Amino acid sequence: MSIRADLAPALVIDLVDEAATARLAAALAPLARGRDVIALWGDLGAGKTSFARAFIRALTEADQEVPSPTFSLVQTYDTAQGVALWHFDLYRLAGSEEALELGIEEAFAEGITLIEWPERLGDFLPEKRLDLALEPGPEPTSRQASLYGWTDRLADWPAP
Amino acid sequence: MVLSARTKVAPMLVLGIETSCDETAAAIVSDEGERIRSNVVFSQLDEHRPFGGVVPEIAARAHLDRLDGLIEEALGEAGVGFGDLSAVAATGGPGLIGGVMVGVTAAKAIAYAWGLPFVAVNHLEGHALSPRLTEDVAFPYLLLLVSGGHCQLLAVEGPGRYVRFGTTIDDAAGEAFDKGAKLIGLGYPGGPAIERAAALGDAARIPLPRPLRGRPGCDFSFSGLKTALRQAASDLRIDGMLAEQDSADLAASLQAAIGDCLVDRTRHAILRFRAHYAEGSDLVVAGGVAANGALRGQLQSLAGEMGMRFVAPPMALCTDNGAMIAWAGLERLKLGFSDGLDFAPRPRWPLDPTAPAAIGAGVKA
Repeated sequence: MSIRADLAPALVIDLVDEAATARLAAALAPLARGRDVIALWGDLGAGKTSFARAFIRALTEADQEVPSPTFSLVQTYDTAQGVALWHFDLYRLAGSEEALELGIEEAFAEGITLIEWPERLGDFLPEKRLDLALEPGPEPTSRQASLYGWTDRLADWPAP
Repeated sequence: MVLSARTKVAPMLVLGIETSCDETAAAIVSDEGERIRSNVVFSQLDEHRPFGGVVPEIAARAHLDRLDGLIEEALGEAGVGFGDLSAVAATGGPGLIGGVMVGVTAAKAIAYAWGLPFVAVNHLEGHALSPRLTEDVAFPYLLLLVSGGHCQLLAVEGPGRYVRFGTTIDDAAGEAFDKGAKLIGLGYPGGPAIERAAALGDAARIPLPRPLRGRPGCDFSFSGLKTALRQAASDLRIDGMLAEQDSADLAASLQAAIGDCLVDRTRHAILRFRAHYAEGSDLVVAGGVAANGALRGQLQSLAGEMGMRFVAPPMALCTDNGAMIAWAGLERLKLGFSDGLDFAPRPRWPLDPTAPAAIGAGVKA
Protein backbone atom coordinates (compact mmCIF):
# COMPACT_ATOMS: atom_id res chain seq x y z
CA MET A 1 0.00 0.00 0.00
CA SER A 2 1.21 3.47 -0.72
CA ILE A 3 -0.12 6.97 -0.48
CA ARG A 4 -3.33 7.42 -2.43
CA ALA A 5 -1.73 8.62 -5.63
CA ASP A 6 -5.00 7.91 -7.44
CA LEU A 7 -6.78 10.57 -5.42
CA ALA A 8 -6.40 14.29 -5.80
CA PRO A 9 -5.17 15.87 -2.57
CA ALA A 10 -7.83 17.69 -0.57
CA LEU A 11 -5.34 20.45 0.08
CA VAL A 12 -1.83 21.41 -1.00
CA ILE A 13 0.04 23.79 1.25
CA ASP A 14 3.41 25.44 0.66
CA LEU A 15 5.60 25.53 3.74
CA VAL A 16 8.44 28.04 3.58
CA ASP A 17 10.40 26.55 6.48
CA GLU A 18 10.28 24.26 9.48
CA ALA A 19 8.32 26.83 11.47
CA ALA A 20 5.60 26.73 8.80
CA THR A 21 5.50 22.93 9.09
CA ALA A 22 5.03 23.37 12.84
CA ARG A 23 2.21 25.89 12.29
CA LEU A 24 0.42 23.47 9.98
CA ALA A 25 0.70 20.71 12.58
CA ALA A 26 -0.57 22.95 15.37
CA ALA A 27 -3.53 24.02 13.23
CA LEU A 28 -4.45 20.44 12.30
CA ALA A 29 -4.08 19.04 15.81
CA PRO A 30 -7.36 20.42 17.25
CA LEU A 31 -9.25 18.55 14.50
CA ALA A 32 -7.96 15.18 15.73
CA ARG A 33 -10.16 12.87 17.76
CA GLY A 34 -9.89 9.43 19.30
CA ARG A 35 -9.50 6.60 16.74
CA ASP A 36 -7.98 8.96 14.16
CA VAL A 37 -4.99 7.76 12.17
CA ILE A 38 -2.62 10.28 10.62
CA ALA A 39 -0.04 8.83 8.24
CA LEU A 40 3.05 10.96 7.62
CA TRP A 41 4.71 10.23 4.27
CA GLY A 42 8.05 11.59 3.13
CA ASP A 43 11.73 10.81 2.75
CA LEU A 44 14.47 11.11 5.36
CA GLY A 45 14.72 14.76 6.39
CA ALA A 46 11.32 15.68 4.91
CA GLY A 47 10.12 17.03 8.24
CA LYS A 48 7.88 14.20 9.50
CA THR A 49 9.24 14.28 13.04
CA SER A 50 9.11 18.10 13.11
CA PHE A 51 5.46 17.89 12.13
CA ALA A 52 4.81 15.22 14.74
CA ARG A 53 6.55 17.24 17.46
CA ALA A 54 4.43 20.35 16.87
CA PHE A 55 1.29 18.20 16.60
CA ILE A 56 2.02 16.44 19.90
CA ARG A 57 2.83 19.69 21.67
CA ALA A 58 -0.42 21.24 20.49
CA LEU A 59 -2.34 18.39 22.12
CA THR A 60 -0.24 18.03 25.26
CA GLU A 61 2.02 20.78 26.58
CA ALA A 62 3.94 23.48 24.76
CA ASP A 63 7.20 22.27 26.31
CA GLN A 64 6.53 18.54 25.85
CA GLU A 65 9.75 16.66 25.14
CA VAL A 66 9.28 14.73 21.90
CA PRO A 67 12.29 12.56 21.11
CA SER A 68 12.54 10.90 17.71
CA PRO A 69 10.96 7.46 18.15
CA THR A 70 13.16 5.86 15.47
CA PHE A 71 14.93 3.64 18.00
CA SER A 72 12.17 3.33 20.57
CA LEU A 73 9.65 2.69 17.71
CA VAL A 74 6.76 4.16 19.66
CA GLN A 75 6.18 6.88 22.25
CA THR A 76 2.85 7.51 23.93
CA TYR A 77 1.48 10.74 25.37
CA ASP A 78 -1.64 11.75 27.29
CA THR A 79 -3.51 14.56 25.59
CA ALA A 80 -5.34 17.33 27.42
CA GLN A 81 -8.66 15.87 26.14
CA GLY A 82 -7.85 12.56 27.84
CA VAL A 83 -7.21 10.53 24.69
CA ALA A 84 -3.89 8.70 24.38
CA LEU A 85 -1.66 9.89 21.55
CA TRP A 86 0.61 7.25 19.99
CA HIS A 87 3.61 8.34 17.93
CA PHE A 88 5.00 5.49 15.84
CA ASP A 89 8.14 5.51 13.72
CA LEU A 90 8.24 2.31 11.70
CA TYR A 91 11.53 3.12 9.91
CA ARG A 92 13.31 0.11 11.39
CA LEU A 93 10.57 -2.42 10.77
CA ALA A 94 11.02 -5.07 8.12
CA GLY A 95 7.53 -6.52 8.09
CA SER A 96 4.06 -5.31 8.87
CA GLU A 97 3.41 -8.13 11.37
CA GLU A 98 6.06 -6.61 13.63
CA ALA A 99 3.93 -3.49 14.02
CA LEU A 100 1.21 -5.57 15.62
CA GLU A 101 3.68 -6.46 18.36
CA LEU A 102 3.95 -2.77 19.18
CA GLY A 103 0.27 -2.57 20.08
CA ILE A 104 -0.64 -0.56 17.01
CA GLU A 105 -4.12 -2.12 16.93
CA GLU A 106 -4.74 -0.87 20.44
CA ALA A 107 -3.71 2.60 19.27
CA PHE A 108 -6.10 2.40 16.30
CA ALA A 109 -8.95 1.25 18.53
CA GLU A 110 -8.88 4.12 20.98
CA GLY A 111 -6.10 6.65 20.53
CA ILE A 112 -4.92 9.30 18.15
CA THR A 113 -2.24 7.62 16.05
CA LEU A 114 0.59 9.42 14.26
CA ILE A 115 2.64 7.14 12.00
CA GLU A 116 5.97 7.92 10.36
CA TRP A 117 6.97 5.48 7.57
CA PRO A 118 3.39 4.18 7.21
CA GLU A 119 4.41 2.18 4.10
CA ARG A 120 5.91 -0.39 6.49
CA LEU A 121 2.39 -1.26 7.62
CA GLY A 122 1.27 -2.60 4.25
CA ASP A 123 -2.31 -3.82 4.39
CA PHE A 124 -2.57 -3.11 8.12
CA LEU A 125 -2.73 0.64 7.44
CA PRO A 126 -6.36 1.59 8.10
CA GLU A 127 -8.39 2.80 5.13
CA LYS A 128 -9.94 5.57 7.19
CA ARG A 129 -7.13 8.00 7.81
CA LEU A 130 -5.55 11.33 6.99
CA ASP A 131 -2.52 11.10 4.71
CA LEU A 132 -0.03 13.92 4.86
CA ALA A 133 2.82 13.84 2.36
CA LEU A 134 5.82 16.12 2.78
CA GLU A 135 7.94 16.77 -0.29
CA PRO A 136 10.88 19.07 -1.00
CA GLY A 137 9.96 22.61 -2.04
CA PRO A 138 11.91 25.05 -4.24
CA GLU A 139 14.28 26.04 -1.41
CA PRO A 140 16.37 23.65 0.73
CA THR A 141 14.29 24.48 3.81
CA SER A 142 10.89 24.67 2.12
CA ARG A 143 8.39 21.83 1.77
CA GLN A 144 5.11 21.13 0.11
CA ALA A 145 2.44 19.37 2.14
CA SER A 146 -0.36 17.43 0.45
CA LEU A 147 -3.32 16.29 2.51
CA TYR A 148 -5.55 13.39 1.46
CA GLY A 149 -8.67 12.53 3.42
CA TRP A 150 -10.60 14.27 6.19
CA THR A 151 -12.53 16.08 3.46
CA ASP A 152 -15.45 16.91 5.80
CA ARG A 153 -13.24 18.28 8.50
CA LEU A 154 -11.00 20.20 6.14
CA ALA A 155 -13.92 21.74 4.19
CA ASP A 156 -14.16 24.88 6.31
CA TRP A 157 -10.85 24.60 8.08
CA PRO A 158 -8.77 27.77 7.80
CA ALA A 159 -5.44 26.47 6.49
CA PRO A 160 -2.50 28.36 8.05
CA MET B 1 31.28 -25.66 70.21
CA VAL B 2 30.06 -22.39 68.81
CA LEU B 3 31.39 -21.52 65.43
CA SER B 4 32.25 -17.90 64.98
CA ALA B 5 30.32 -15.96 62.40
CA ARG B 6 31.79 -16.02 58.94
CA THR B 7 34.84 -13.82 59.04
CA LYS B 8 34.83 -13.27 55.33
CA VAL B 9 31.80 -12.07 53.40
CA ALA B 10 31.44 -14.07 50.20
CA PRO B 11 31.78 -12.02 47.02
CA MET B 12 28.52 -10.85 45.57
CA LEU B 13 27.40 -12.47 42.35
CA VAL B 14 24.61 -10.83 40.38
CA LEU B 15 22.80 -12.09 37.30
CA GLY B 16 21.85 -9.25 34.92
CA ILE B 17 19.23 -9.49 32.18
CA GLU B 18 18.75 -7.01 29.32
CA THR B 19 15.77 -7.24 26.92
CA SER B 20 14.67 -3.63 26.45
CA CYS B 21 15.49 -3.21 22.78
CA ASP B 22 17.16 -5.21 20.02
CA GLU B 23 19.53 -7.28 22.12
CA THR B 24 18.79 -10.22 24.36
CA ALA B 25 21.58 -10.42 26.93
CA ALA B 26 22.54 -12.06 30.21
CA ALA B 27 25.65 -11.75 32.36
CA ILE B 28 27.13 -12.58 35.74
CA VAL B 29 29.21 -9.96 37.54
CA SER B 30 30.95 -9.94 40.89
CA ASP B 31 32.27 -7.20 43.15
CA GLU B 32 35.50 -9.07 43.78
CA GLY B 33 38.30 -10.37 41.60
CA GLU B 34 37.39 -10.69 37.93
CA ARG B 35 34.26 -8.56 37.84
CA ILE B 36 32.73 -9.80 34.63
CA ARG B 37 32.35 -13.56 35.03
CA SER B 38 30.33 -13.91 31.83
CA ASN B 39 28.61 -11.59 29.36
CA VAL B 40 26.46 -13.19 26.67
CA VAL B 41 24.70 -11.09 24.02
CA PHE B 42 22.56 -12.31 21.18
CA SER B 43 23.08 -9.93 18.30
CA GLN B 44 21.83 -10.12 14.75
CA LEU B 45 23.94 -7.49 13.07
CA ASP B 46 24.62 -9.52 9.93
CA GLU B 47 20.97 -10.33 9.52
CA HIS B 48 20.10 -6.66 9.85
CA ARG B 49 22.56 -5.34 7.33
CA PRO B 50 20.39 -5.87 4.22
CA PHE B 51 17.68 -3.63 5.69
CA GLY B 52 19.90 -0.57 6.24
CA GLY B 53 18.83 -0.39 9.84
CA VAL B 54 18.54 -2.61 12.85
CA VAL B 55 15.44 -4.67 12.46
CA PRO B 56 14.22 -4.69 16.00
CA GLU B 57 13.53 -7.80 17.95
CA ILE B 58 10.30 -6.25 18.96
CA ALA B 59 8.57 -9.56 19.21
CA ALA B 60 8.62 -10.28 22.93
CA ARG B 61 8.48 -13.87 21.71
CA ALA B 62 11.97 -13.59 20.27
CA HIS B 63 13.41 -12.48 23.61
CA LEU B 64 11.43 -15.23 25.28
CA ASP B 65 12.73 -17.93 22.93
CA ARG B 66 16.28 -16.96 23.59
CA LEU B 67 16.48 -15.76 27.15
CA ASP B 68 16.45 -19.13 28.99
CA GLY B 69 19.33 -20.42 26.89
CA LEU B 70 21.31 -17.21 27.36
CA ILE B 71 20.88 -17.29 31.15
CA GLU B 72 22.06 -20.90 31.20
CA GLU B 73 25.02 -19.93 29.04
CA ALA B 74 25.89 -17.01 31.33
CA LEU B 75 25.76 -19.23 34.41
CA GLY B 76 27.75 -21.96 32.66
CA GLU B 77 30.50 -19.61 31.48
CA ALA B 78 30.78 -18.15 34.97
CA GLY B 79 30.82 -21.64 36.46
CA VAL B 80 28.06 -20.87 38.95
CA GLY B 81 24.50 -21.99 39.62
CA PHE B 82 21.36 -20.10 40.67
CA GLY B 83 22.14 -21.06 44.29
CA ASP B 84 25.40 -19.08 44.19
CA LEU B 85 23.72 -15.81 43.22
CA SER B 86 23.27 -12.84 45.55
CA ALA B 87 20.56 -11.17 43.46
CA VAL B 88 18.90 -10.99 40.04
CA ALA B 89 18.77 -7.69 38.15
CA ALA B 90 16.83 -6.92 34.98
CA THR B 91 16.25 -3.84 32.86
CA GLY B 92 12.91 -2.45 34.03
CA GLY B 93 12.76 0.32 31.39
CA PRO B 94 12.87 2.53 29.47
CA GLY B 95 12.25 0.53 26.35
CA LEU B 96 9.77 -1.54 24.46
CA ILE B 97 7.31 -2.80 26.98
CA GLY B 98 6.94 -6.33 25.56
CA GLY B 99 10.65 -7.01 25.70
CA VAL B 100 11.14 -5.42 29.12
CA MET B 101 8.31 -7.53 30.48
CA VAL B 102 10.00 -10.76 29.35
CA GLY B 103 13.25 -9.91 31.13
CA VAL B 104 11.56 -8.60 34.28
CA THR B 105 9.28 -11.62 34.54
CA ALA B 106 12.17 -14.05 34.10
CA ALA B 107 14.19 -12.22 36.76
CA LYS B 108 11.27 -12.14 39.20
CA ALA B 109 10.62 -15.85 38.69
CA ILE B 110 14.27 -16.73 39.42
CA ALA B 111 14.33 -14.39 42.43
CA TYR B 112 11.13 -15.91 43.80
CA ALA B 113 12.16 -19.53 43.22
CA TRP B 114 15.58 -19.06 44.83
CA GLY B 115 14.63 -16.54 47.51
CA LEU B 116 16.88 -13.82 46.07
CA PRO B 117 16.48 -10.06 45.96
CA PHE B 118 15.20 -8.66 42.65
CA VAL B 119 16.56 -5.35 41.35
CA ALA B 120 14.84 -3.42 38.55
CA VAL B 121 17.50 -1.41 36.72
CA ASN B 122 17.01 1.68 34.61
CA HIS B 123 18.67 0.85 31.27
CA LEU B 124 20.26 4.30 31.17
CA GLU B 125 21.68 3.78 34.67
CA GLY B 126 23.27 0.59 33.33
CA HIS B 127 25.14 2.67 30.74
CA ALA B 128 25.86 5.43 33.26
CA LEU B 129 27.55 3.15 35.80
CA SER B 130 29.27 0.85 33.26
CA PRO B 131 32.66 2.66 33.41
CA ARG B 132 32.96 1.63 37.06
CA LEU B 133 32.86 -1.98 35.99
CA THR B 134 36.29 -1.84 34.38
CA GLU B 135 37.91 1.34 35.64
CA ASP B 136 38.44 3.12 38.89
CA VAL B 137 36.02 5.99 38.39
CA ALA B 138 34.78 7.82 41.48
CA PHE B 139 31.58 9.82 41.82
CA PRO B 140 30.80 12.44 40.75
CA TYR B 141 31.65 12.30 37.05
CA LEU B 142 30.37 13.83 33.85
CA LEU B 143 28.79 11.38 31.42
CA LEU B 144 28.18 11.80 27.70
CA LEU B 145 25.81 9.01 26.71
CA VAL B 146 25.71 8.74 22.91
CA SER B 147 23.93 5.91 21.14
CA GLY B 148 21.32 5.29 18.48
CA GLY B 149 18.51 6.10 20.83
CA HIS B 150 20.03 8.54 23.31
CA CYS B 151 22.22 11.62 23.41
CA GLN B 152 22.50 13.09 26.89
CA LEU B 153 24.96 14.85 29.16
CA LEU B 154 24.57 13.95 32.84
CA ALA B 155 26.32 14.54 36.12
CA VAL B 156 26.50 11.16 37.83
CA GLU B 157 26.49 11.72 41.60
CA GLY B 158 25.88 8.09 42.50
CA PRO B 159 23.44 5.25 41.85
CA GLY B 160 19.99 6.76 41.52
CA ARG B 161 21.41 10.29 41.61
CA TYR B 162 21.68 12.05 38.28
CA VAL B 163 21.47 15.63 37.12
CA ARG B 164 20.72 15.98 33.44
CA PHE B 165 22.57 18.88 31.84
CA GLY B 166 21.28 18.37 28.33
CA THR B 167 19.66 15.99 25.88
CA THR B 168 18.80 15.89 22.21
CA ILE B 169 15.77 17.88 21.22
CA ASP B 170 15.24 15.65 18.17
CA ASP B 171 17.46 12.85 16.82
CA ALA B 172 20.17 11.00 18.73
CA ALA B 173 23.77 11.17 17.43
CA GLY B 174 23.75 7.49 16.43
CA GLU B 175 20.57 8.07 14.47
CA ALA B 176 22.29 10.95 12.63
CA PHE B 177 25.06 8.52 11.63
CA ASP B 178 22.66 5.77 10.52
CA LYS B 179 20.35 8.04 8.56
CA GLY B 180 23.28 10.02 7.16
CA ALA B 181 24.85 6.79 5.88
CA LYS B 182 21.54 5.88 4.26
CA LEU B 183 21.31 9.30 2.56
CA ILE B 184 24.84 8.97 1.17
CA GLY B 185 24.18 5.38 0.12
CA LEU B 186 26.70 3.85 2.50
CA GLY B 187 26.12 0.62 4.35
CA TYR B 188 24.82 -0.36 7.73
CA PRO B 189 25.69 0.10 10.53
CA GLY B 190 26.04 3.78 9.72
CA GLY B 191 28.69 4.74 12.28
CA PRO B 192 31.46 2.43 11.04
CA ALA B 193 30.44 2.99 7.38
CA ILE B 194 30.68 6.78 7.79
CA GLU B 195 33.97 6.49 9.67
CA ARG B 196 35.53 4.29 6.97
CA ALA B 197 34.42 6.55 4.12
CA ALA B 198 35.33 9.70 6.06
CA ALA B 199 38.94 8.56 6.39
CA LEU B 200 39.33 9.16 2.63
CA GLY B 201 37.29 12.35 2.49
CA ASP B 202 37.69 16.09 2.88
CA ALA B 203 35.74 17.25 5.93
CA ALA B 204 35.97 20.88 4.86
CA ARG B 205 34.42 20.41 1.41
CA ILE B 206 30.69 20.25 2.21
CA PRO B 207 29.43 23.04 4.43
CA LEU B 208 27.00 21.48 6.91
CA PRO B 209 25.32 23.22 9.84
CA ARG B 210 26.41 22.75 13.45
CA PRO B 211 23.01 22.96 15.12
CA LEU B 212 23.02 24.78 18.49
CA ARG B 213 26.79 25.31 18.43
CA GLY B 214 27.73 28.41 20.37
CA ARG B 215 24.30 28.59 21.95
CA PRO B 216 24.03 28.44 25.72
CA GLY B 217 23.18 25.14 27.39
CA CYS B 218 24.03 21.52 26.73
CA ASP B 219 21.19 20.31 24.49
CA PHE B 220 21.80 18.66 21.13
CA SER B 221 20.02 18.79 17.78
CA PHE B 222 20.88 16.65 14.78
CA SER B 223 17.70 16.63 12.73
CA GLY B 224 18.70 19.63 10.61
CA LEU B 225 21.81 17.77 9.45
CA LYS B 226 19.66 15.29 7.50
CA THR B 227 18.06 18.05 5.46
CA ALA B 228 21.39 19.73 4.72
CA LEU B 229 23.08 16.44 3.88
CA ARG B 230 20.26 15.30 1.61
CA GLN B 231 20.46 18.59 -0.27
CA ALA B 232 24.25 18.41 -0.59
CA ALA B 233 24.09 14.81 -1.78
CA SER B 234 21.44 15.56 -4.38
CA ASP B 235 23.53 18.49 -5.70
CA LEU B 236 26.48 16.13 -6.21
CA ARG B 237 24.58 13.21 -7.74
CA ILE B 238 25.04 12.62 -11.42
CA ASP B 239 22.41 10.35 -12.96
CA GLY B 240 21.43 9.44 -9.43
CA MET B 241 24.95 8.25 -8.59
CA LEU B 242 27.50 9.68 -6.20
CA ALA B 243 31.19 9.48 -7.14
CA GLU B 244 33.29 7.67 -4.56
CA GLN B 245 35.19 10.82 -3.64
CA ASP B 246 31.95 12.77 -3.24
CA SER B 247 30.60 10.08 -0.89
CA ALA B 248 33.79 10.20 1.12
CA ASP B 249 33.67 14.01 1.34
CA LEU B 250 30.03 13.92 2.43
CA ALA B 251 30.83 11.30 5.08
CA ALA B 252 33.83 13.27 6.35
CA SER B 253 31.81 16.48 6.47
CA LEU B 254 28.95 14.77 8.34
CA GLN B 255 31.28 13.18 10.86
CA ALA B 256 33.01 16.51 11.45
CA ALA B 257 29.68 18.27 11.94
CA ILE B 258 28.49 15.68 14.48
CA GLY B 259 31.86 15.76 16.23
CA ASP B 260 31.90 19.56 16.44
CA CYS B 261 28.41 19.53 17.98
CA LEU B 262 29.35 16.88 20.53
CA VAL B 263 32.51 18.77 21.48
CA ASP B 264 30.77 22.14 21.73
CA ARG B 265 27.95 20.85 23.93
CA THR B 266 30.30 18.77 26.06
CA ARG B 267 32.53 21.80 26.58
CA HIS B 268 29.55 23.68 28.01
CA ALA B 269 28.75 20.67 30.20
CA ILE B 270 32.31 20.49 31.55
CA LEU B 271 32.14 24.14 32.59
CA ARG B 272 28.81 23.57 34.30
CA PHE B 273 30.02 20.34 35.92
CA ARG B 274 33.11 22.11 37.26
CA ALA B 275 31.03 24.89 38.74
CA HIS B 276 28.88 22.39 40.65
CA TYR B 277 31.31 19.63 41.52
CA ALA B 278 34.76 20.89 42.45
CA GLU B 279 35.94 17.35 43.26
CA GLY B 280 34.93 15.72 39.95
CA SER B 281 37.49 15.38 37.19
CA ASP B 282 36.37 12.50 34.92
CA LEU B 283 34.65 12.80 31.54
CA VAL B 284 33.09 9.44 30.68
CA VAL B 285 31.75 8.60 27.23
CA ALA B 286 29.44 5.61 26.88
CA GLY B 287 27.13 4.29 24.19
CA GLY B 288 27.69 2.84 20.73
CA VAL B 289 28.79 6.14 19.16
CA ALA B 290 31.80 6.16 21.50
CA ALA B 291 33.24 3.51 19.17
CA ASN B 292 33.91 6.12 16.49
CA GLY B 293 37.66 6.73 16.61
CA ALA B 294 37.54 10.25 15.21
CA LEU B 295 34.91 11.36 17.73
CA ARG B 296 36.74 9.63 20.54
CA GLY B 297 39.89 11.53 19.54
CA GLN B 298 38.05 14.86 19.47
CA LEU B 299 36.51 14.27 22.90
CA GLN B 300 39.82 13.09 24.27
CA SER B 301 41.53 16.30 23.16
CA LEU B 302 38.69 18.33 24.63
CA ALA B 303 39.12 16.51 27.96
CA GLY B 304 42.87 17.15 27.85
CA GLU B 305 42.40 20.80 27.02
CA MET B 306 39.93 21.21 29.90
CA GLY B 307 42.01 19.24 32.38
CA MET B 308 39.61 16.30 32.65
CA ARG B 309 40.50 12.61 32.56
CA PHE B 310 38.90 10.86 29.58
CA VAL B 311 37.34 7.45 30.21
CA ALA B 312 35.49 5.23 27.74
CA PRO B 313 34.41 1.68 28.59
CA PRO B 314 35.59 -1.08 26.24
CA MET B 315 33.37 -1.47 23.17
CA ALA B 316 31.58 -4.60 24.36
CA LEU B 317 30.32 -2.60 27.31
CA CYS B 318 29.36 0.47 25.25
CA THR B 319 26.60 -1.29 23.36
CA ASP B 320 23.65 -2.90 25.14
CA ASN B 321 24.69 -5.80 27.37
CA GLY B 322 23.75 -7.69 30.51
CA ALA B 323 26.96 -6.97 32.44
CA MET B 324 26.11 -3.29 32.85
CA ILE B 325 22.64 -4.24 34.14
CA ALA B 326 24.10 -6.74 36.60
CA TRP B 327 26.65 -4.15 37.75
CA ALA B 328 24.05 -1.39 38.23
CA GLY B 329 21.97 -3.94 40.16
CA LEU B 330 24.96 -4.77 42.32
CA GLU B 331 25.69 -1.11 43.05
CA ARG B 332 22.06 -0.51 43.98
CA LEU B 333 21.95 -3.59 46.16
CA LYS B 334 25.01 -2.42 48.07
CA LEU B 335 23.14 0.77 48.90
CA GLY B 336 20.21 -1.29 50.14
CA PHE B 337 17.95 -0.79 47.12
CA SER B 338 15.94 -3.70 45.77
CA ASP B 339 12.48 -3.95 44.27
CA GLY B 340 9.31 -5.82 45.09
CA LEU B 341 7.93 -8.54 42.87
CA ASP B 342 5.09 -6.12 42.08
CA PHE B 343 7.45 -3.86 40.12
CA ALA B 344 5.80 -2.83 36.83
CA PRO B 345 7.97 -2.23 33.73
CA ARG B 346 8.32 1.42 32.83
CA PRO B 347 8.34 2.29 29.09
CA ARG B 348 9.48 5.82 29.99
CA TRP B 349 11.86 6.25 32.88
CA PRO B 350 14.06 9.37 32.90
CA LEU B 351 17.24 9.23 34.97
CA ASP B 352 16.62 12.75 36.19
CA PRO B 353 12.86 13.24 36.48
CA THR B 354 13.36 16.81 37.66
CA ALA B 355 15.13 17.89 34.45
CA PRO B 356 13.31 20.62 32.57
CA ALA B 357 12.05 19.50 29.17
CA ALA B 358 14.38 20.11 26.28
CA ILE B 359 12.47 22.49 24.08
CA GLY B 360 13.46 24.62 21.16
CA ALA B 361 13.02 22.12 18.35
CA GLY B 362 13.32 23.81 15.02
CA VAL B 363 16.21 25.92 16.22
CA LYS B 364 18.43 26.60 13.27
CA ALA B 365 22.17 26.21 13.31
